[in-house]
Amino acid sequence: MEAIYQFINQQLLMPMSAMMFPADLQAEGLYLMQTSLKVMAILSPVLFTVAYFTYAERKIIGFIQGRIGPNRVGFFGFKLWGLGQPIADAVKLIVKEIVIPSGANKTLFVIAPIVSLAPSLAAWAVVPFDDTKVLADINAGLLYILALTSLAVYGVIIAGWASNSKYAFLGAIRSAAQIVAYEIAMGFALVGVLVAAGSLNLGDIVMAQSGSVFHWFWLPLLPLFLIYFISGVAETNRAPFDVAEGESEIVAGFHVEYGGMAFSVFFMAEYANMVLISVLSAIMFLGGWLSPLQGILPESVLSSEVIGSLIGPGLHWLLIKTSIFMFFFLWLRATFPRYRYDQIMRLGWKVFIPITIVWLVVVSALVVAGVPPWFD
Amino acid sequence: MIQKVKNYISSLFLWELIKGLNLTFRYMFKRKVTVQYPEEKTPQSHRFRGLHALRRYPNGEERCIACKLCEAVCPAVAITIESEPRDDGSRRTTRYDIDLTKCIFCGFCEESCPVDSIVETRIFEYHGEKRGDLLMTKSRLLEIGELAEKQIAEDRALDALYR
Repeated sequence: MEAIYQFINQQLLMPMSAMMFPADLQAEGLYLMQTSLKVMAILSPVLFTVAYFTYAERKIIGFIQGRIGPNRVGFFGFKLWGLGQPIADAVKLIVKEIVIPSGANKTLFVIAPIVSLAPSLAAWAVVPFDDTKVLADINAGLLYILALTSLAVYGVIIAGWASNSKYAFLGAIRSAAQIVAYEIAMGFALVGVLVAAGSLNLGDIVMAQSGSVFHWFWLPLLPLFLIYFISGVAETNRAPFDVAEGESEIVAGFHVEYGGMAFSVFFMAEYANMVLISVLSAIMFLGGWLSPLQGILPESVLSSEVIGSLIGPGLHWLLIKTSIFMFFFLWLRATFPRYRYDQIMRLGWKVFIPITIVWLVVVSALVVAGVPPWFD
Repeated sequence: MIQKVKNYISSLFLWELIKGLNLTFRYMFKRKVTVQYPEEKTPQSHRFRGLHALRRYPNGEERCIACKLCEAVCPAVAITIESEPRDDGSRRTTRYDIDLTKCIFCGFCEESCPVDSIVETRIFEYHGEKRGDLLMTKSRLLEIGELAEKQIAEDRALDALYR
């Protein structure tokens, strides 16, 4: 990967920036192009994952329900277990007309899907894929993540408001109240991580977990870990917290009036958010790119040339851990019925927030006392 | 009191949720029951009620005697019959229409027919492409009867015991 980047950098970007920018802006131009390249390198796999996450969802939920899920659309006459399905869906949605309802606020109606997708993609800037591979190695990473994940609610509210439809409006109101409630529990869970790691930088948070599987923060922060993930499910408006969509009550909630590409941008935002929550859970509680074999096998094996690239720390461990959380999202959806609205509020305000506050005190005490093996 | 504490602890540790997750996880590996329709089909009963047909006797004479019992019994008022005496003096239909867009496939017409003329076949894969395609006329019904006669006769024979 490094080699490919260097190759493109030298063969393509450097000559291009030399051609395109005046001499005194060379360095800035090159930096701009390099950053764009890195953004593309991060976002295209993310969007690909989002597309195939929808396929995985239909397949896995199908399997759990005794069905086989999509298995018809393939490539070049081969069915390939329906692997062409996301692409067929995308083509269908792109070709469809976007109907703007009469009485809708046109500007807001068009902006809403973008507002909900943009933060979930922008948050990837601070996600560390490796001890060196991170787009923006900023020291306020955790704060940035918290800010962006709470921005996503504006997309939902704006969409519900701009649609000029009672169902959309109800969905938006529900979603707003729900996200505000769970935002707090989520924030407290992240404060726990911050206290335990002693840093807001996501790379440092991962490094603070190095040692072994039992050094990862899932163990000392177990309640916070569970609450963070469950709040994440609630934040992304996924089942069993999908009252904002509530198909059986308010049709599709905030995006009833959306069709075609506008709808699919909402759809992508939802799935991108799920992937983001998964990757963040993996980074903050399951040790990110760290290898679970660390502490079991000697350090020399993990850092050796051939075997080390396989079982040593690396991007692949992050991907595996993320996939586990992504599977959990689907698994939860296939298992649980939708929460009643007052139950959601009760869970958020009267269960999660008190537990997080109590555990915050416990974690602080552990850190101050320097309890081994985590905080010595 | 103890029960209350027990309930509290089990809900705190998500015990029932974990049990539910365990169940759905096991179902993921169970045999799938999907029938892949155009290639695979579910078995049909010989009493299947599909597309209608008018039958003929083996000598080629149509069975229908225009008694209009089916027209009278039809709960959806989908059948329209007009009749006249034929040249040889027998009573026959000149018009026998079934509006399949009205029909609810209850099978009452079949039950009411004294000569087993109007029947419902096992054919269920049909469609209309333009207006009027699903308005079955006498000639089309007779045509279907000729096409499916073998299956119809077999199904009648199987059901004869219970009639």
